[in-house]
Amino acid sequence: MREFTYSRAVTLQEALTRIAPLANGKFLGGGTNLIDLMRENIERPDTVIDVTRLSSGISESPDGGVSIGGEVRNSAVANHPLIRERYPMLSQAILNGASGQIRNMATVAGNIMQRTRCYYFYDDAANCNKRSPGSGCDAIDGFNRIHAILGVSERCIATHPSDMCVALAALDATVNIESAVGKRTIPFNSFHCLPGETPHVETVLAHDELITSVELPPLPFAKRSIYRKVRDRASYAFALVSVAAALETENGKVRNVRLALGGVAPKPWRAFDAETVLLGADVGMRAFREAADAELSKARGYRDNSFKIELARRTIAGVLSELADSAGRP
Amino acid sequence: MKEQTPSTQNRRAPSSTIQITLEINGAAHTLEIEPRVSLLDALREHLHLTGTKKGCNQGACGACTVLCNGDRILSCLTLAIQYEGMEITTIEGLGTAGELHPLQVEFMEQDGFQCGYCTPGQICSAVGMIREFRNGLPSAVTKDVSARPVELSEEEISERMSGNLCRCGAYLGIRTAIRTAFQSEVIP
Repeated sequence: MREFTYSRAVTLQEALTRIAPLANGKFLGGGTNLIDLMRENIERPDTVIDVTRLSSGISESPDGGVSIGGEVRNSAVANHPLIRERYPMLSQAILNGASGQIRNMATVAGNIMQRTRCYYFYDDAANCNKRSPGSGCDAIDGFNRIHAILGVSERCIATHPSDMCVALAALDATVNIESAVGKRTIPFNSFHCLPGETPHVETVLAHDELITSVELPPLPFAKRSIYRKVRDRASYAFALVSVAAALETENGKVRNVRLALGGVAPKPWRAFDAETVLLGADVGMRAFREAADAELSKARGYRDNSFKIELARRTIAGVLSELADSAGRP
Repeated sequence: MKEQTPSTQNRRAPSSTIQITLEINGAAHTLEIEPRVSLLDALREHLHLTGTKKGCNQGACGACTVLCNGDRILSCLTLAIQYEGMEITTIEGLGTAGELHPLQVEFMEQDGFQCGYCTPGQICSAVGMIREFRNGLPSAVTKDVSARPVELSEEEISERMSGNLCRCGAYLGIRTAIRTAFQSEVIP
């Protein structure tokens, strides 16, 4: 690991003022991804500014939503009564990610900013447009079983690895961002970028901006919601396919639905096309399959990952079916 | 390959160290370290607390698990300097040869290890896991996350301990040790 300067910020203003002049400075949360990437020489900041001592916490918003500070640990979100009762898919998503130890360390902002687990991104002997723009992508013709089938480009087929973010995409969260010169709020689904010609640009965040909090809007029907993760082993593995969903039915028709996918795209993937098919449709397997087909019609499989297309179809239909079955229950 | 004389610009200043104080197993330790030293290396290489083990050094195996203010964490994936002012507990702080922690006793009774390399991490992790369970934290196999889990089943133990690998495959004994210690309700 290269040498760097360490700086601990206790207030938000300290953090923002210190990062402002440092083009090669980075905020540091729990370290679970950044320290690993620094050890591999993939991330090489001159200065890290530790923001884990900031203290926004979790609170109910006036509109009935919930606000979560960027520095809050993942396990604290998963265990918070407001999250468990109102947004169970978010608790489940977090609990399906990483391990107990890592969830105690990782912060919400760090989880959002975590980088892909593509083998070629981690291997500095390989070509990777994300790590070294213009060098090529060894994944496209390489071992790509874990790679993306939606939203990819000729430059990059890496997936975003987060579980938590899939639930945030489904819930229409917003991200509050602040720098020394101002604040802005970004819809979660516009926060991450698709690779296009610039796979090294992963989010809209500038180097001097910090994610201060994430806002969950009120969404009463999310009280019954599910996160289902399909992976190579039962625990402590990244998603091959995951689905976050909430479903509201009325008189046998879909009144409201939220659907997002993980493990299949370069960003947490909100399934807008599937939602469009579902809204107003008769509740049942036929509509669930049609919705999945609509979303996956844009999918493209590579050498080793074509199985994800059918796996995603089945997982979407299965999760919606489970939600529909439980709709009559209290 | 022909070696090149480094230009002045590429020449690096000697590594700069900082003085930090860590609270470990109830005692304050002051050490001079570079900011890039992980909590794991600070424990093992600087403080010679070698009970905490280095397995993968990348957050995959759990051998380096320690407790921070009672929460289990991976000491390899974080900087020592981030933990100033927090209470770190390692395996050395859980029990002594004369007075073993109940989980240490059960790991011996129930054959919870063979080579023993993963054991300090397993035990620290189990201590943290039981605390999480008692605090009502659900897991990925908890049927209803909005309800409190009622039973620490085999399935719950397996899921909650999945961050600790055992290459000897002593999982059966590890689960039994944890369940037995948990049921005896003597864990602090």
